[in-house]
Amino acid sequence: MSGLIGKKIGMTSIYSDVDGKSVACTLLEVGPCVVTQVKTLEKDGYTAVQLGYGNAKEKNVTKPLLGHFKKAGTVAKHKLVEFKTFEKELSLGETLVGSDVFEIGDFIDAVGTSKGKGFQGVVKRHGFAGVGGQTHGQHNRGRHPGSIGACSFPARVFKGMKMGGRTGNQRVKVNNLRVLNIYPDKNLLLVSGSVPGANNSYIILQK
Amino acid sequence: MNPLLKIVTDEYNERRASFPSFKAGDTINVHVKIKEGAKERIQQYQGVVIQRRNENSNGETITVRKISNGIGVERILPLLSPSIDKIEVVRRGVVRRARLFYLREAKGKAARIKERKR
Repeated sequence: MSGLIGKKIGMTSIYSDVDGKSVACTLLEVGPCVVTQVKTLEKDGYTAVQLGYGNAKEKNVTKPLLGHFKKAGTVAKHKLVEFKTFEKELSLGETLVGSDVFEIGDFIDAVGTSKGKGFQGVVKRHGFAGVGGQTHGQHNRGRHPGSIGACSFPARVFKGMKMGGRTGNQRVKVNNLRVLNIYPDKNLLLVSGSVPGANNSYIILQK
Repeated sequence: MNPLLKIVTDEYNERRASFPSFKAGDTINVHVKIKEGAKERIQQYQGVVIQRRNENSNGETITVRKISNGIGVERILPLLSPSIDKIEVVRRGVVRRARLFYLREAKGKAARIKERKR
């Protein structure tokens, strides 16, 4: 699976060439990514390509990692991601940009970290419908979960019961985003639909 | 807005500039392309602009109201959509607000908009 690392810039909309309808789209900065390691079956037990994206300050990177970057002949990077079965043959230190991997019309998957929502109740967190109404003697539990189990049997709450709690700030993958346009001079990629996470957050794109 | 997003939105600047300037209270005539099977024809729709939403963004829409056979009709049109062929300003009106929802309830004299003289 080929892929690249990028950054979410923001959302806007364009009009489709096909039917003239408005399409919500996300602009992503994709690359330049540097090949920081090529893993081989003999040495590492599996094949993969490790890419680095986003320059980091040297003082914020550990010494061992700094040596890792030096080996690839690049400056320190913020984000390192491994891609298995990369379609292209890549060598250490090679630089990849969006147009090397993606083409207009491709369907890609985007992986990001969703925005953190804090402690949320079951209605927002799990899509519960709430109690259903404000009448029939109801006054203070409109968004409560209701019953979480039976009584003396099993006399406990089952593991994994859907309840309130920390929501968001999780790895989320969105499938089948269409590449609408590529701007090679600025390393930008325009994809249909939305991508998890806040603006300026890292996104892993897979083809 | 991130300046990089302008690269995408600026593609529509030319199209936006091709329309005459108009605002709420103006009467405009919109030429809307309508697809009927394989054929395409142009339908004119004339009415009063009662609001412009999301101005200067790609998703800008205009709401055009007219009275058709005694029944009020409102159409929300995406301004930059390729289905809009042409916009003509028929009459400029004097209004004191940007959203003319009061026209929906107004009857008779109250529903008139004074013409703006140059």
